[in-house]
Amino acid sequence: MKNYKSQIALIAALAVSMGVSMCSDSLDAYALDVMLNVGINIILAVSLNLVNGFTGQFSLGHAAFMAVGAYGASIVTLEMGGPLVRVFGGPGWFADSLTFLIALTVGGVCAAVAGWLVGVPSLRLRGDYLAIVTLGFNEIIRVVLQNTSGDGPFGGALGLKGIEPFTSFFWVFAIAAVAIYVIAALVNSTYGRGFLAVRDDEIAAESMGVNTVRYKVIAFVIGSFFAGLAGGLYAHLRTTISPEGFNFLKSVDVVVMVILGGMGSTVGVVLAAVILTVLNEFLRDFEQYRMIVFSLLLIVMMIMRPQGLLPAEFFARRRKSA
Amino acid sequence: MSAKLQLDNVTIQFGGLRAVGDLTFAVNPGELIGLIGPNGAGKTTVFNLITGVYKPTAGRISFNGVSVPGHRPHQITRLGIARTFQNIRLFGSLSVFDNVRTAMMMHLQHGIAHALARGAAYHDEEASIASDVLDLLDIFGLRGEADTPCKSMSYGDQRRLEIVRALATKPKLLLLDEPAAGMNPTEKEELMKLIQFIKDKFQISVLLVEHDMKVVMGICQRIVVLEYGEKIAEGSPDEIQKNPEVIEAYLGTEASGS
Amino acid sequence: MAQLLQQLLNGIFLGSIYALIALGYTMVYGVLRFINFAHGDVFMLGAFAGLYLNKLMGPVLAAVPWPVAIGLVLLLSMLICATLGIVIELLAYRPLRDKPRLNVLITAIGVSLLLEYTGQLVFGATQQPFPALIPRTNVGGLGGLTVTTTQVLVAITAFGLMLALRFIVLKTKMGLAMRALSLNPTASALMGVNNSVIISFTFGLGSALAAAGGILYASLYPSIEPFMGILPGLKAFVAAVLGGIGNIPGAALGGLIIGVTETLVAGYSQQIGIPSGYRDGVAFVILILILLFKPSGLLGKVEREKV
Repeated sequence: MKNYKSQIALIAALAVSMGVSMCSDSLDAYALDVMLNVGINIILAVSLNLVNGFTGQFSLGHAAFMAVGAYGASIVTLEMGGPLVRVFGGPGWFADSLTFLIALTVGGVCAAVAGWLVGVPSLRLRGDYLAIVTLGFNEIIRVVLQNTSGDGPFGGALGLKGIEPFTSFFWVFAIAAVAIYVIAALVNSTYGRGFLAVRDDEIAAESMGVNTVRYKVIAFVIGSFFAGLAGGLYAHLRTTISPEGFNFLKSVDVVVMVILGGMGSTVGVVLAAVILTVLNEFLRDFEQYRMIVFSLLLIVMMIMRPQGLLPAEFFARRRKSA
Repeated sequence: MSAKLQLDNVTIQFGGLRAVGDLTFAVNPGELIGLIGPNGAGKTTVFNLITGVYKPTAGRISFNGVSVPGHRPHQITRLGIARTFQNIRLFGSLSVFDNVRTAMMMHLQHGIAHALARGAAYHDEEASIASDVLDLLDIFGLRGEADTPCKSMSYGDQRRLEIVRALATKPKLLLLDEPAAGMNPTEKEELMKLIQFIKDKFQISVLLVEHDMKVVMGICQRIVVLEYGEKIAEGSPDEIQKNPEVIEAYLGTEASGS
Repeated sequence: MAQLLQQLLNGIFLGSIYALIALGYTMVYGVLRFINFAHGDVFMLGAFAGLYLNKLMGPVLAAVPWPVAIGLVLLLSMLICATLGIVIELLAYRPLRDKPRLNVLITAIGVSLLLEYTGQLVFGATQQPFPALIPRTNVGGLGGLTVTTTQVLVAITAFGLMLALRFIVLKTKMGLAMRALSLNPTASALMGVNNSVIISFTFGLGSALAAAGGILYASLYPSIEPFMGILPGLKAFVAAVLGGIGNIPGAALGGLIIGVTETLVAGYSQQIGIPSGYRDGVAFVILILILLFKPSGLLGKVEREKV
């Protein structure tokens, strides 16, 4: 049984999400909204952590993948939602869920493809260059979306409106749980140590038989896939999306979470996502100070505690040397 | 177990600089060969050519009958060539155990799907890798350090760990880049025994780049001498010590055996 | 044909400003090997310094001939921003001198956001008109080309500053030390160069050029706001990479290329059938292409990692 602890934890998390979701009507609407934001940010931060933290490929374009997922999923529900619901037996809980699942998957897959497209050419780049290219990609996606036709499926600069509010507590936290499980299972396996090897020393990793190119691409694809899911959830929570919402600053938001939590520390990053999302709510009335606080946080963290609040070493489990 | 490495007329040009020129030599199965030469003679460049970090401008490199250039470094490792680095390049954030485990990864039967499913096959394989890693660490007296972050080990231990990590890829040929650098005489003695031991125990061939003449002369069966990227001599330690060209290259200082 | 020439000219005017900003990126990269993300915001602060100096010194500036007035405003803002650049380096980057480059990059992003949002708090978020320091008269006429005094002066000032920089780097002791430092920091320190002083000097110099760029840009496009530095900053960075980062003539060349390409794309967007809004994406496409096909840039040298 002890071999299956992680799967049991995952199933338990899914069950709890389902349970809470069923009585989410009795929750305070504002509190629920904050919780859903927390969950979406956990997905974003944990997935970016695979790329930035574990694989050491500093990406500044996570919001672009989120955008691809958000638009992909929304276009599915907006353009094909009606027919899909009819195919699945008419309006109701079952057809809605199935339609949403399809929409999310489409968004996630589109984002993963985008991640692959960015990942492959970016492989030759390191450090700050990669950061700038991903930032550039983020801007390109935004500029392209903004310049689409207002009547077309992408809605131009105004974006998309009237997206079905499919996102529920269950969807957000089930996907967050899956994201955490997938990334933790991956990096803790022997196979997944390759990500950390790439981060620590690419040349040594190659010499030890690690296909660094493949690892970087996998990190980008998986990271983007979950960012895409987060985008789909976000779109079906807010019901409106616009290109401006996925700009470079949104990417910085996620980067701050990863850095505050500790690059390469899943627990730290989840905690940071929670703290920063809630902090954001408290600073809502002081909007003009919010980013000043965030930017100072970045600078001070880098100078005083670059390893983050809860660095990975903190959790380095002592393996039983049997 | 081991296989033959053959370099034929290998040349590499960096802009106007010919770092290695027309180099031909072989490492036969089971041999322990030394590659020596003054600073900047191109010894590490030869390693980088063999391991695919650089591609030769001209010439052929083959290992076990397979042409090496054109393969990426990780593919060459799969062919059975492993190396250490002149400046230690361990995976700094990983433990001793994980450093070695990572090098075993290329022998995994199962990939990403198993890592995600975490089923019985996955757990069996992880357990077998863990025991292989611990066995290997045991041989080199590092088992007790398995959970130590590799950064906090002594310099000598880090050098040793690099060798262990290279061995974990189960190579047929091991390239050691100045393993004795920074070691004191006692450590060098131990290193010489260690290299001999590795060669015999794992039945592999070894190509050694080293500055310390005592180490090279003490253990190598054959020595290749480079100067300005060209081979100026090849032979047994005795022959090399008496070779006037080699003595001249070293200004008659080091070749007398410091 | 006239339209093409006109677009080319406009591109060169814009490009000369990008070139000025790109120089700062390239110099800092040369000595510290990192991308000073906040450089575009120093450019923004340069423009605001110009605005406020103009307000504060209104009577003085009105009393002197306009070339003296603009010279005064330009010099003072350059001085202010140079000081600011030195302070930023001292407080935010110096503590990270021996840390991984990524940490410095993250800090630089932090500094950039800090300047932008503090700017928003202090200057307000709305667009503000930038005073016409240079009388706007049309001096062109040749073949129906439109060229204003502002444009001419922008180009003259930009190229003048680039020549001044070239002089400093190639002919002065400070410049020699900068070049030594960028080749090998350890060796230059051993040869008696005070690296910290040179790094401060480089930041000061780069920031001064960015401030000049800010004022010139604001003279061409007389409406400024706290986030105006982001896009020109990024484009100038692309210019620096295009020319070969660390290479001073390369940065100037890259700036001109980006300016011209961007203007052409905007000017001919209808003919080639793309929205003119794509002009802001041009630089990034160029960046991705150059990094893929010639990462060392047009004039840069290939750097090999030591194994």
